[in-house]
Amino acid sequence: MSEESGIDVYRRRFLSGSATAAAGMAVVPGVFLHEIGHAKPAADPVTSEVRWGMLIDTNKCAEGCNDCVTACNDEHGLTGHDRPETDAQWIRKVKLKDKQTGHTQTLPLLCQHCEHPPCVDVCPTGASFKRDDGIVLVDKHICIGCRYCMMACPYKARSFIHETLQDQLPHAPRGKGTVESCTFCVHRVDNDGTPACVEACSAENHNAMVFGDLNDPSSEISKGLKQHSTHQIRADLQLNTGVRYRGI
Amino acid sequence: MLKNSFILLLLAFTAGFAMQGQAGDSLLPEIPEAQARFSEAQGCVEPTAEMRKNHMDYILHQRDETMYEGIRTRQYSLNECINCHVSDAEDAPRVSSEEHFCNSCHSYAAVKVDCFQCHADRPVKTSDNQSFSTTGKPALQIIDSLHALETEGTVHE
Repeated sequence: MSEESGIDVYRRRFLSGSATAAAGMAVVPGVFLHEIGHAKPAADPVTSEVRWGMLIDTNKCAEGCNDCVTACNDEHGLTGHDRPETDAQWIRKVKLKDKQTGHTQTLPLLCQHCEHPPCVDVCPTGASFKRDDGIVLVDKHICIGCRYCMMACPYKARSFIHETLQDQLPHAPRGKGTVESCTFCVHRVDNDGTPACVEACSAENHNAMVFGDLNDPSSEISKGLKQHSTHQIRADLQLNTGVRYRGI
Repeated sequence: MLKNSFILLLLAFTAGFAMQGQAGDSLLPEIPEAQARFSEAQGCVEPTAEMRKNHMDYILHQRDETMYEGIRTRQYSLNECINCHVSDAEDAPRVSSEEHFCNSCHSYAAVKVDCFQCHADRPVKTSDNQSFSTTGKPALQIIDSLHALETEGTVHE
């Protein structure tokens, strides 16, 4: 069954592994990039030594609180036309209800920044791509707006811009005819910052979202993942998501 | 014969057009002044002649490095072009106007500039809590810090 429907993860690992091995030859022997830490000089490229991820504790996520969504919209200048079906949405609150017991919980759902992103697989132009540090982005310069990625994403994390936009923000260029989604606030992350949603959640003292480096065993997120039982949404797809949930 | 008369006609037309123009009313574009100089020796991040001819290559190169590799040096960043070349005043000209730095030349050369369908065509002041942002600072300070980068030898070539 898994052979039929699943992705050939072994083949992927082999192919990407050999590419990494070849790239690794260029690094000076004895220099371990991960020891340098996260404070990346602006002139240095991102590396796969880091993999950004997010841990969301649904027990701490307050029902009725929408601060992460608002923060994201403000950060990236996402404005709508009161048409929820087509308005851009990079993060949304989802409410889960156990029909048997009536227990409800809410969680923020955003781009899961998969290790094996289906959106990248299906993109016909190569506009959908994954950065070395695991952040999945859209190169809007070559996106043709076909929206295959939107169909491929199991999390419905992507939006298409239908209207001509004005007054975009300098760090969040967006334009009509392209697909977009959560960038993990890449402009902040590259400057040692945390995503706007995480900041908003902490500001409200909910602390339901933790952002950090999954490859660094001493990071708060890695410790959290080690200590608690967490889940990937649709783990059966073997996408190895960068966003993990606790309490679902 | 026909070709010759066409050239003559064209010459006459051009001459007439030139005569119409009064002193100071040049046909050349009026390019707005930048808000700061890169150094004593040169105004822009590369010599002006080089920038006039090849600015798009610098921006394109930087674009891909920033997007794919997260390299966020500021010397050739489009945001910094805008921060220095466009005023952050409320009534500053937008890119649709010929008074906008980019469009002043692009409309003269009849080259469509489509960067600003997505990118901001003027500096945007951001709130104070976004310490990562370089916008909102005076342009001169930005140029100063560019120099700091350059002297540290970390400016990406």
